[in-house]
Amino acid sequence: MMAERRKIDARGAFCPGPLMEMIATLKLSQVGDEIEVWSSDKGSSKDIPEWVAKVGHELVSNEERDGYWSIVVKKLK
Amino acid sequence: MAKHVLIVGGGLAGTIVANGLCRQLGNELRSGQLSITVLSATDTHMYQPGLLYVPFGRIREAELFRDERKVLDRRIAFFVDPVTRIDVDANKVTTESGKSYGYDYLVIATGSRIMPQEVPGLAEGAHWFYDLEGARKMRETLGTFAGGKVIVNSNVPHKCPVAPLEITFMLYDFLRERDLLKKSEITYTYPIGRLHALEPVANWAKPEMERLGIKYETFFNTKEVDAKGKTISSEEGVTLPYDLLVTIPPHKGAQVIMDSKLGEGGWVPTNPKTLHREGSNNVFVVGDTTNIPISKAGSTAHFEADTIVDNLVSLLQEDRMAREYDGKVYCFVETGTKTGTYVWFNYTTPPNPGPPSQMIHWFKLAYNRLYWLSARGLL
Repeated sequence: MMAERRKIDARGAFCPGPLMEMIATLKLSQVGDEIEVWSSDKGSSKDIPEWVAKVGHELVSNEERDGYWSIVVKKLK
Repeated sequence: MAKHVLIVGGGLAGTIVANGLCRQLGNELRSGQLSITVLSATDTHMYQPGLLYVPFGRIREAELFRDERKVLDRRIAFFVDPVTRIDVDANKVTTESGKSYGYDYLVIATGSRIMPQEVPGLAEGAHWFYDLEGARKMRETLGTFAGGKVIVNSNVPHKCPVAPLEITFMLYDFLRERDLLKKSEITYTYPIGRLHALEPVANWAKPEMERLGIKYETFFNTKEVDAKGKTISSEEGVTLPYDLLVTIPPHKGAQVIMDSKLGEGGWVPTNPKTLHREGSNNVFVVGDTTNIPISKAGSTAHFEADTIVDNLVSLLQEDRMAREYDGKVYCFVETGTKTGTYVWFNYTTPPNPGPPSQMIHWFKLAYNRLYWLSARGLL
């Protein structure tokens, strides 16, 4: 099966928030899939990469756009 | 031509939509221009937040249940016949008994379910209170618990985001009241880097846990439980021993959503403002069933249901949408067995919880009964 990129628009999502949404989506994904999270919370640009490093997935990109952050993570296991 | 609104799911969201429509569309129902059908998997309506009190013996089980037929307006056609397939292209659903139901408007309110079996060892090694059977077992275990290492563990995704904190503080009070604190140690684990998804709630909980001597472990996503060895391990590489493991199990949406290919994990892609199923203009999605990145909670279901009622009434009477859902969520937070607080927020207003008080706790206890007015569309 081809790897997919799934997008989560979690801008303005206070609870459960961008990282929990990403973890939930990773559970539904296959190894090799990428998850792109949009967050309006600057904290996501720090805590998502921190978690990804702890668990052993790959941070593909982490960039600020027009008023929000786009963080792309690749599922490695 | 007569219109038919079909509601799949007899939980809080589906019930509010059905009763709310009846309250505003009496003329249409009386004249036969409109009919409303609710299909449910059960004849019983459960007040799910009441399960939190069951492990501590603080609520009688009978208080949690009502006959759904009696909660629903009598003008609603109600059938206990689980839906096995939803075909949004053909505007039709089929049920376990083999019947088919067409609709002009469909409301999908199939909710969520706990999936402890998705984490190796979790179902065997952990207690939970998210269903009656689990809450009863936890009550029995707590009744003879003599102290030890207690772990409260949360999995993703889960409904009622404040429940992990509530059960932790209630367990603390329970152990204190039984003079078991000196023989016990509570550790709270949470999947992300702070103690709660809502930052102000996390900021309140941290010093509170430190004051009470409750330990915590953040960035803890459960990998497996060794039920014999009594340890729980995380994806992040941490293993903790326990004597009593209380878990908030991971959730999925209903099987019928997955079988009907309406959404991965049982969550239906939903417009966060109109609450339309993405790709349909006559299908609404409400409550836990949506994939909207928002709390899966009774209040979310309630406020979404109110929006859908207003929009369906406008669509049926004037062929227009009335308003958008603003993302409102309101949650009581029990901060022990005697105090509570609350938090509310929407898509644009961040949460700002106030200090816990006995008054809010009492109001929560009152709401445990007022809930039935919400379900009837009165509150």
